[in-house]
Amino acid sequence: MPTTKNRRPSRRAVIAGAAGLAFAQPFAIARAQGAPLKVGVVLPRSGPQGKIGQSCQQGYDLALPILKELGYPEIQYMPVDTETNVQRARAVTEKVIQDGAQIVTGAFDSGATTALAQVCEQKGVPLVINIAAAPPITEQGYKFVFRNFPNGVRIAQDALNLQRELYEYKKDAPKSAVLLHVNDTFGESLKAGLLGLMQRIEMPYKFADVIAYDPNARDLSVEIAKAKATGAELLWTVSRLNDAMLLTRELIKQRWSPKAVVSSGPGFYEDQYLKTLGKNGDHIISLVPWYDPSKPLTRYLLERGAKAYPGINIDTNHVYSFEAALICADAFKRAGSADPGKLRDALAATNIKNNVSIGPGIAFDAKGHNGGLGNAGIQNRGGKLKVVVPRAYADSEPVYPMPAWDKRA
Amino acid sequence: MPLDAIANIATAGLLTGLVYGLSALGLSAIFGVTRIVNFAHGELMVIGMYGALLLFQHFGLAPLWAIPIVGAALFAIGYALQAGLVNRLLHAPEHMQFLLMAALAIMLVALCLMAFGPNAQNVTLESAYDSVEIGVLILDAHRVYAGIAAIAVAGLLFVFFRYHPLGKAIRACADNLTGAAVVGLNVKRLFALTFGIGSACIGAAGCIILMLVDVHPYLANTYTLLAFVVVIIGGMGSLSGALLGGLLVGVSEALAGLLLQPSLKSMFSFGLLILVLILRPEGLLGRRS
Repeated sequence: MPTTKNRRPSRRAVIAGAAGLAFAQPFAIARAQGAPLKVGVVLPRSGPQGKIGQSCQQGYDLALPILKELGYPEIQYMPVDTETNVQRARAVTEKVIQDGAQIVTGAFDSGATTALAQVCEQKGVPLVINIAAAPPITEQGYKFVFRNFPNGVRIAQDALNLQRELYEYKKDAPKSAVLLHVNDTFGESLKAGLLGLMQRIEMPYKFADVIAYDPNARDLSVEIAKAKATGAELLWTVSRLNDAMLLTRELIKQRWSPKAVVSSGPGFYEDQYLKTLGKNGDHIISLVPWYDPSKPLTRYLLERGAKAYPGINIDTNHVYSFEAALICADAFKRAGSADPGKLRDALAATNIKNNVSIGPGIAFDAKGHNGGLGNAGIQNRGGKLKVVVPRAYADSEPVYPMPAWDKRA
Repeated sequence: MPLDAIANIATAGLLTGLVYGLSALGLSAIFGVTRIVNFAHGELMVIGMYGALLLFQHFGLAPLWAIPIVGAALFAIGYALQAGLVNRLLHAPEHMQFLLMAALAIMLVALCLMAFGPNAQNVTLESAYDSVEIGVLILDAHRVYAGIAAIAVAGLLFVFFRYHPLGKAIRACADNLTGAAVVGLNVKRLFALTFGIGSACIGAAGCIILMLVDVHPYLANTYTLLAFVVVIIGGMGSLSGALLGGLLVGVSEALAGLLLQPSLKSMFSFGLLILVLILRPEGLLGRRS
């Protein structure tokens, strides 16, 4: 029977083992630096937000060759699907981390991103949010969560200021408005921000009604009929993609042509919307986080995007997903390691000036939020997206009031 | 609130309710005769929607004209399901039947995902933006066509069950299974026929609903749940109850959306369901068991 003494390693074995470890160490380091960073990309790839998730993935895919050209180390995606479901988002994030993701990015939707943030914080794996506006996500004191997207308050503030600029420029303003918003995490937080700001910022109109609806609604006829009954001159929506198409169809069917339809959310600038609605999707203005067309990297991204995805407009989904990949690669480069702690510290010290989005660049405050990002007013024009406000870098004249549905060529 | 707005919304709710009723007719017909609770109801409807979509994409056939073809295809699927699968579990405990139908539902969703992908698809008809003006009413043309088609299909079903010898035989099975078997009716074949007819009805509803809603594989759950709400309110197994239930749900959802908040619409249909379950558990037009 072996004794404890017998099981002790001999001095010779210890020395040989130590020598072996010392010899192997440089190779281990070399492997860590040479291996790509494993990035869990959590997106709604199916379900009601499936098309949007697929646009986001295009942004991530566009990033890979560009990051290589910019001299960043290689990153490798581990794509997973939330199926547009918050509970599923939580489960797949846990799974992708378990499968070896060293950093996580996503998840387009505020509700799903809230779940991701909880999981990543608990597991100590950094999360780089591509798109999610609900302010509470970065107000929880999380150490591993970083958001490069304007929060709901900033989107609401810019939406009001951009509208004021538009109406002053056109010397014509609506007298009353209806706010029609989805009742999910994003929609509710944006509504709260808007209503709070309307108390402080003087606008030419008041809300005649505020109508909430289910983003998965099959039918929005009642919502539009109710909004139409107020006689409002402005319809302000906070929507998703499928409901944006439903809303537009109902506006036409119910023969309601307000002076303007503005949106503070996704949907109206999405490629599927533009292709499905055609001329009926024209002249709607989205007041959303956008790219700065004057930045060199923006021009390069647009050029590469046009080659990779001919006929598709590069939009918010592409831009912020591209930047999320950029942030991951940049942190990996500076950390020199895929260790989550080192990646976190590198993310906290991010300072990227060569970027795409509106604002001075990418840097995070103590809460992990990039507060310098701005928004623009984008108008749909013949299947293209034109910047109409701020006038400082607009590329088109705004069409306002928008032509009635039955007066379109 | 202007009266014309209320009239418009109530009428739109009525038309939507007719389509809800039609979508639930198949479920009610199948349960009324075979006592099988079809948990794959919504999935069969989605199959019908995809059938109409394919006919539109490849042959330019509008969904309303696709009803006979899709109806026939769904009849064949329903008949085969009952004859080949469900009939084998007729005398098994209810939970086994539930599991069978739930499994079938999951398989159909997976099949749709493999065949058509996860994205929403629709038919883009020239009439998609048309509306019909009748006095103060401005009605969505597609909803009007859908309502008329729903009445026509429901009418055909009523006539079949009331006057056709096969319909009478099926009703005999529903009334007294043992008696029907004693007088020599082939009960299993009649059950398969009923499942086929119910499925054809579900297929027709799918064609009609495709004009109003984009189709994707995950849509099925919503319509299964909705059909259950409608038939429980109207009375499980009662065809006229299914139509009444559909109308009540459609109108109550529309008016709740108008007078309160649209996001509370579903709360009202489920509230109605709870009220019926408490006050008249057999449903408004159902028979006491």
